[in-house]
Order: sequence, then C-alpha cells, then structure tokens
Amino acid sequence: MAIEWQLGTVSSTRDETATVRTFTLGLPAWAGHRPGQHVDLRLTADDGYSVERSYSIASEPERAREVDITVERIPGGEVSPFLHEVVVPGDRLEVRGPIGGYFVWEAALGGPLLLVAGGSGVVPLMAMARHRARAGMSIPTRLVFSSRTYDEVIYREELDRLAAARDGFEVVHTLTRGQPPGWTGFSRRIDEAMLADALEPLGAATRAYACGPTALVEVVANALVRLGLPPDRIRTERFGPTGT
Amino acid sequence: MSEGRAMDERMQRLADMRDDPAVDLSLDANAIGGLLAGIFGADVTGSDGRCASCSTVSVMGTMRVYMRGPGIVVRCPACTQVVLRVVETPRGTMVDLRGVAAVRLPG
Repeated sequence: MAIEWQLGTVSSTRDETATVRTFTLGLPAWAGHRPGQHVDLRLTADDGYSVERSYSIASEPERAREVDITVERIPGGEVSPFLHEVVVPGDRLEVRGPIGGYFVWEAALGGPLLLVAGGSGVVPLMAMARHRARAGMSIPTRLVFSSRTYDEVIYREELDRLAAARDGFEVVHTLTRGQPPGWTGFSRRIDEAMLADALEPLGAATRAYACGPTALVEVVANALVRLGLPPDRIRTERFGPTGT
Repeated sequence: MSEGRAMDERMQRLADMRDDPAVDLSLDANAIGGLLAGIFGADVTGSDGRCASCSTVSVMGTMRVYMRGPGIVVRCPACTQVVLRVVETPRGTMVDLRGVAAVRLPG
C-alpha cells in the first residue's frame, strides 16, 4: 500500500518565467492523479546521499502517463538549482506519487470555485483550472493571483487564454513589487477587501483553495472565514522552506 | 550515554529549536504525505487522525508540520501538542508516534 518510487523520464521542459520552469515527466506506470496532488522527487548522488522534495502537479489528469511539475529556482537550494541547471530532456528522475487526499478538487465536486495563489502557489491551482477547462465545465471560478512583477506571473498567457474563453473562468491579478505602465490590476498584497470583491459574485456555497507562502495562506484563510465561508469549504496548502 | 537518551535529547532539541508555535513557519502535513505513506502504509493525508493530548480529530493533511532541519515535527492544529516526530539517523529513521491516539487508514 505504500506509495512506490518509479522512474520518470523528462520528456520536455518549458520556461514559464526567468526563474520558473516546467518539466514534463513521462511515467509509464502512472496510475493517474487528482488536481491539487503532488509528487515527491528523489535525487541520489553517487555516494548514496539522497534528498527528496515535494512538487505540486501542474497538469490535468486527462493527460495519461505523464505529469508536469513547475519548479521555481530557489537560490542556494539543493534540488531546484539542480533541476534548472542540470536536468535536460531524456534524463530520468525518481518519482513517488500521486500524494495528497485533502487539497484536491475535481469537477465532480462542483463549485463555485475561488482559487487564491501567491507566486508558485498557483501550480496546484493550475491543475484544477486545466482540469475544469478540459472537462468542459462552466463552473463559476475566480483565480486571485499575487505575483511580484508582470514578468514573474507564472502561466500568464495561458491564464489569459482560459479567461478569454468566457466560460466562467476569471483571473484577478495583483502585482506587489512593480507594475508595468498602464497596469489596471491590483498593486497590493491580497487582503480581505480584495477577497470580498472576488467572493461576492460567487456566493456562500463557494469552495476555496489557497496555496502560497505560509503568511499569505494564513491571511487568506482568516479573511475567508470572516467573510462567512465555512472553514470546511476552505482548503489550504502552505509551502515554505521545503520547496527548495 | 545510551543511544536512547541521546536520541531523546536530540528529539527534544529539535522540538525546542524549530517548532516553537509562537514562530509559525509551519506547513500542512499534506506536504509530507509521501513520508506518512511510508510510515502508515497508505496515503493518510485525507484521513482523520486523533490527537492523544486533546482528542481533537483533524484531517491528517491539515496538521501542522515543522521541518526546518534534519527532523520533522507534526503538531495538532487545535492544541499545538506534538503528534508525531520523525528523525533520520545514520542507523535508520526514528518515528515517535506517542502523540497519535488513532489514525483511520483509507479503506
């Protein structure tokens, strides 16, 4: 019953921003996943030293026998610099998963859906958004997404495309460190007023998923409770010093 | 000094240094689902677990995890008492489960 390690082959990579890259892993023995779940990656050096990290799955489960992971390069980290600087298509990595039975959303759960992300916290939420689009659902969904600058918005063009489909998916961007000329989005950290605006058209039956740095997730979870969402409809995933 | 006492002291030092609830650097136990699966034999992140200190039942994936260092400490989200500790040692992985009253394994 334990989750077994399997060998995945990097089939392609794609730069999302200057410091964030997506790796597509081919997994012949992959049994499928639910949006929001993650995988563990294990790197083992020649002398037997090994290190593991967890990475959220970015891809929708409709894609068979492969997953995308999107990894931010953390300076001084042990694993993410290796993935960014050393790993190329054709390389094999040890993978364990899928993991996680709590921070998951599937179309069958319904909505409306409020997704709140800080930085690379958008990754598991992207799996949900892609799954929603792929399943042809029109579940009203809002993504409130905080990034530092315009160039650091992960999946920016794809999010624009998903929103342009006008099937009920909307994105609210906020840029906290710098805004391009003519920026009409928010330019402050996610706060209760911003969430109140996003939540209002979705209504009291909304399911909320928040992922990002611990401090952001705390603010979001507390604000959503004050705005009247039952705690059991708010699911959180904090990431911090492990994602290196 | 016995290995057991050395281990206890190391566990205690870990607990003192890195999981002070006043300094919340915690993650959700969801993040260590793979490790927990190795201990319990199944992915328990969506399963209920009962804290031995306060008897509160929480979804395992929502418990607080402190992992800034060589050891991992899991605390009850209701009372902040230690539920589970894991320390990797050269001679194997030490798992301290005395804070867990019960875990429901997936069917």
